[in-house]
Amino acid sequence: MDLHDRKEEAAFRAELRSWLRENLPEELRGHRGGAARFEGLAPREWSRKLHEAGYAGLTWPAEYGGGGRSPTYQAIFLEELSRTEAPPHVGVIGLGMAGPTIIAHGTEEQKLRYLEKILSAEEIWCQGFSEPGAGSDLAGVRTSALLNGDRFVVDGQKVWSSFAHIADCCLLLARSDPASTRHEGLTYLIVDMHAPGVEVRPLRQITGEAEFNEIFFESAEIPAASVLGKIGGGWQVAMTTLLHERGTLGFALQAQLEVSVHRLVELARDRGATPLQRDAIAREWIELQALRYTNYRSLAQLERTGIPGPEGSIAKLVWSEANQRLTKLALELLGRDAPLAGDNAPYAGWWQHQQLRSRGNTIEAGTSEILRNIVAERILGLPRSR
Amino acid sequence: MDFTFTPEQEELREQAQVFLAEHATPTWRELADLGWTGVSVPEELGGAGLGFLEEAILFEETGRALLHAPLFSTIALVLPALPDDLKAEVASGDASWTIALGPLVPDLDTAQRVAFVGGDGIYELDGFEREVLQTMDETRPLGVVVGGEAGRRLGDSELLPEIRRRSLVALALEACGVGRRALEHAVDHASVREQFGRPIGVYQAVSHPLASSYAELELARSAALWAAWCVAVDDGNASISSASAKALAGDAAVTACERSIQTLGGIGFTWEHVLHRLYKRALGIQAWEASGAQLRAEVAAHLLDGPIDDKEA
Repeated sequence: MDLHDRKEEAAFRAELRSWLRENLPEELRGHRGGAARFEGLAPREWSRKLHEAGYAGLTWPAEYGGGGRSPTYQAIFLEELSRTEAPPHVGVIGLGMAGPTIIAHGTEEQKLRYLEKILSAEEIWCQGFSEPGAGSDLAGVRTSALLNGDRFVVDGQKVWSSFAHIADCCLLLARSDPASTRHEGLTYLIVDMHAPGVEVRPLRQITGEAEFNEIFFESAEIPAASVLGKIGGGWQVAMTTLLHERGTLGFALQAQLEVSVHRLVELARDRGATPLQRDAIAREWIELQALRYTNYRSLAQLERTGIPGPEGSIAKLVWSEANQRLTKLALELLGRDAPLAGDNAPYAGWWQHQQLRSRGNTIEAGTSEILRNIVAERILGLPRSR
Repeated sequence: MDFTFTPEQEELREQAQVFLAEHATPTWRELADLGWTGVSVPEELGGAGLGFLEEAILFEETGRALLHAPLFSTIALVLPALPDDLKAEVASGDASWTIALGPLVPDLDTAQRVAFVGGDGIYELDGFEREVLQTMDETRPLGVVVGGEAGRRLGDSELLPEIRRRSLVALALEACGVGRRALEHAVDHASVREQFGRPIGVYQAVSHPLASSYAELELARSAALWAAWCVAVDDGNASISSASAKALAGDAAVTACERSIQTLGGIGFTWEHVLHRLYKRALGIQAWEASGAQLRAEVAAHLLDGPIDDKEA
């Protein structure tokens, strides 16, 4: 056990730090997340710069424009990004889900067609999984994709799709066998969001912003070559996507939490805190450290065996609840100013936005209820509840 | 960055698990023969020449087993203060120790010798009487020493902060072992106990609290191992990490035990079942030296009152 960086890791970190110092535009520092992740041209410009410097897709194979490095470097990258309060790459779904799924299941043609454009932020991706009738119970998907000659004809509705209104491509899970139910007969398709018959309607959310959308498909025609994996094998491919979402997300979440805890401490130093609030602040700081080293433990096993340690699967659950607690605590520290919003509020409404946005954290990417089921059944081995 | 144990360290853990599964109350000599009392004692003094990480492994396993022996008080508390000849006696199994850091002395029923703090030094206490007190956790009774006088000077009282850090980390790891074992009892029970025609583990009102115990105990273990490493290499974060680890692990273990008692229902509430013993050890750990709230007050002072610098450990 050695919790210091190895020599090469330390060199990478130092180089990255100085690169960030020189290249991060001041107006992007301290971004507040949410829609600020994609509004305007600056986030794309920033993402392209990250790619040109070799920092996008650090763990992806080098032949597709990635860094070909071990996951530790991705962890260092995310840590340093958060310490400078730099915004993440705009291709959140592309980097976290689409790319890894294409690397695992895509044809050579698909890899060459899509991967580099994810890294350069030339193409933005969204995910078409959830439907009005299929949320946590994803196997209830009803959107249909019927093969007709060399094309699929897609009909149906997807919902809660982040980035869809700016996306060029969609990872779509649809039912290709109309007679099938549940996990059978599903197919995973790459859909061109600009194709006729694809319509996106933004959904305004609790923060007032629209980060997610409804997607309507009306006889949208998709080339048959857009299948990822096998026709009818969509469930297995979708599990890769979700596994990746849950497996490598930990460091990104920890990095976000680090920014928030750091700001919480600053806030308390600025405005004072009661003994009970001090206790709560210490609790959040301690939990952040515990989450960080839990991620490191899981990462160590990933590096050693290729499979992340089971403890890593608690990262999203722990992070989401911590973020909700600490943003609420921040509003408490703001006292009578807490009800203000936007530019009228202290720190330009940063905390009000964080607090409202955090309510989505225990819903998106696997609700806390589903995540506790997963811990109970797959890690603890308790009997399945359904 | 490498957060893994070496094969030798894994072997030590396995050895501990196998031995402790069969020996609930080993003698001090047996522990010495296993090499545990001299883990960190230099080889030339008859020890294994290893370090605090190896001791940390033992604390997690002996906590889990509710070991009734003065390993915590000898190794975590007194060993750093002992001169070489007395370290050799610990390694060989000829001596075990505890220390009176306050009025209540741990492991006083089993430790052979007693140290105390006087002025700028740590001394052996001679010619005293010991009174072992009734303690909730019967596997680690507290006691008081009556009378006695300063004997040999063992070490400098400047060692006390290091002793405190070691004790906090050792108990954090004990708590991880205790909590994990309590959780396993609940999982086993919920998997086989049937009500309303199904094993109760299928009900989320039962399974979700256990999933929370898992998450809290894994967080605690990560913090405890971080702190153990900091203490082992004398890292600048040794104080803050050890306080954090004991605060987190003590609370996590107590909560895990409470949830497990609830899961086992009436059985979990009986004297016969081991859960109450685990619970009492967890409560004892929580109360040792400083409670979670007191430790968090230290962390808060570090974050909020000190000079502004890089507070992200």
